Amino acid sequence: MKRSVIAVYVENKYGVLARVSGMFMRKGFNIDSLTVGVTDDPDFSRITITINGDDYIREQLINQLKKLHNVKVVKLLDGESTLERELMLIKVRNTPENRNEIMAAAEIYRAKIIDYTTDAICVEVTGEPSKIKAFTEVMKPLGIVEICRTGAVALERGGSIMER
Amino acid sequence: MGLLLFGGEFMEHGKKIMTGSQILIETLIEQGVTDVFGYPGSAVLSVYDELYKAEGRLRHYLTAHEQGASHAADGYSRVTGKVGVVIATSGPGATNLVTGIATAMMDSIPMVAITGNVDTSLVGKDAFQEINITGVTMPITKHNYFVTDVNELADTIREAFQIAKSGRPGPVLIDIPKDVQEASCVFEKKEAVKPFEQEIAKDLDVDRAVELINASERPYIYIGGGAAGAGMTESIKALAEKIDAYVGCSFMGLSAMPNSYGRFLGMQGMHGKFASSMAQKHADLIIGVGVRFSDRATGNRKKYASGTKIIQLDLDISEINKNVKVDVALVGNIVSSFSRILDRCESRERPLWRSLVEELKAEGDRIEEELDRNDKSPLTPKRIFDTVNRIKGKDTVIATDVGQHQMWTAQYVDFEQPRRFASSGGLGTMGYGLGAAIGAQIGSGARTVLITGDGSFGMNLNELATAVTYGLPIVIVLLNNGALGMVRQWQNFFYGKRYSNTVLSNRKTDFVKVAEGFGLSACKVETETEFLTAFERAMQENAPFLIEAKIDVDEFVLPMLPPGGSIDDIITTKEKGTNK
Repeated sequence: MKRSVIAVYVENKYGVLARVSGMFMRKGFNIDSLTVGVTDDPDFSRITITINGDDYIREQLINQLKKLHNVKVVKLLDGESTLERELMLIKVRNTPENRNEIMAAAEIYRAKIIDYTTDAICVEVTGEPSKIKAFTEVMKPLGIVEICRTGAVALERGGSIMER
Repeated sequence: MGLLLFGGEFMEHGKKIMTGSQILIETLIEQGVTDVFGYPGSAVLSVYDELYKAEGRLRHYLTAHEQGASHAADGYSRVTGKVGVVIATSGPGATNLVTGIATAMMDSIPMVAITGNVDTSLVGKDAFQEINITGVTMPITKHNYFVTDVNELADTIREAFQIAKSGRPGPVLIDIPKDVQEASCVFEKKEAVKPFEQEIAKDLDVDRAVELINASERPYIYIGGGAAGAGMTESIKALAEKIDAYVGCSFMGLSAMPNSYGRFLGMQGMHGKFASSMAQKHADLIIGVGVRFSDRATGNRKKYASGTKIIQLDLDISEINKNVKVDVALVGNIVSSFSRILDRCESRERPLWRSLVEELKAEGDRIEEELDRNDKSPLTPKRIFDTVNRIKGKDTVIATDVGQHQMWTAQYVDFEQPRRFASSGGLGTMGYGLGAAIGAQIGSGARTVLITGDGSFGMNLNELATAVTYGLPIVIVLLNNGALGMVRQWQNFFYGKRYSNTVLSNRKTDFVKVAEGFGLSACKVETETEFLTAFERAMQENAPFLIEAKIDVDEFVLPMLPPGGSIDDIITTKEKGTNK
């Protein structure tokens, strides 16, 4: 089992996300995250998919994606040269005992406190998925109320571009 | 918008204002379509109005049920190589196409399905006969479209044809709401679309394949549907002779090679020929050509071809390593890959391999002869097919339904040329046969023999009405064993002879009367001589003819590889079932 990040350019059309996710269901692929958003060219959207799987799953997933008519480019991103970010909003219980620890952790993780009420603190944290995971671990004993994550987005380092 | 003043007339060179329905008809004609199959309804009224006006330019065949129309379009495509076209109304009309579309998808048959839908303003409101057919068919089409703007209609249809016939072919559905059919825009005729260019396999991979072939002592060429549709008969023969290889096929590969060819061993796998399954087991190299190594053909994949090298030639990269792990993959146009292999590999005799396979062939023949000798029934499937082979012409199309009769067809029918066979391989659609035979007859213009069983035939026999309406020379050979024979055979071997819901002997169906009720001639036969007489007569008719042939309920398709088993578990006699 290996974690892989796959970037996909699709035509920005009605139903394309359903085609992509429907294919995952049909072929029995279980993905970790999927993000989608329009690109600088409004005719295209970019999807970032992360999966945990062996070589067979990764190869099949890429090949099956390429068969979808609205999918234009599929690229397996190389872990070494990939910039990956995810955003998480995390709401933690606000009590006199844990308040200082939440604030200290937020500062160390360069996270932002975006809401503060007498009963809860909401923190916005951005970073690589490993950082998000680590921050979540720190918050766990302090009483997590709710979490919302965007899933990873990724670009290659340097000047290289994915041709559409 | 001064142009609109010329409504209905040619404006500039070749441009015309037309409604969506007119555009649909004109684009179909532009794409070379001459025949369509379908069934009218309220959401395609304006399309049918234009079909009425287009008489003489585009023939529409009305079936008894939309499913029959979808199978007809499929059968038409299998014999002509053209894109089959089917039209249905919204809601139930559209959902009735689903089985036919899925059948085409599983066998990579190019098809364009056109459905009407309710007005765009009613979409999502659960209007009468509204269904989201693009959502329903997403997993069973190569692609589908919901057209919301008449200006995009013509190009959408063109793109649909291009997708259907490009690369690995398949079905495409276009859903057109009623208001889009009735809206107007400028239409300009274009050339018929050409398929996208196919990828060409890398030279390096061809060299690696050639190395494996040169090093091999026991090469076996395994061909599938991709090869059957590609006109590769001669090049396959040439390679087999050059490297002393033998050829076997998957179900979908049937008819790619003439059965008379000495190095052709027939279909392998679960219900395949003994010699081809065994030859594959003994091979040290399998050259897979346009074949997906389906579970029915390979048996237990953990035991399949262990220690054997595999070369896979396929157009569709997602087939590589999907079902079995291969040593060399040639992704791209298989005709090109194959001919490059043929050019580069060493010509060499492999006498040991040849004598081994000849022994296997003899053993296979011995098993078949013994099964035949021990069968004391007055009319056996084997003898029926012997008669069919003797009388049918080179051009005769064979269509089948699904079940034992289909596997006997695969084992016994002498195919002489490609594109003369229509049968549901991947999906295994009972009820496929009659609709497909209708489409295949219309497409080929040749006499068509439908081999069917009482179970399958009962599913869609309503299409007898269609065969009669158009006076199609289809000979229906109905093997009646009073059972769902294939399932019953499995129950016999693997479920302790507990024949749960597979015995049809309490049905009082008189197929001769049914046929006569539909307006065709029919007869019932119980012996070899009766069958011969009836079949000879039927093959002279200029109309459909049904022969009900009574066969014994305990006729089995043998040899058989049990599900999940390997070639080592082959069953060659009726007694050798393992009961759970």
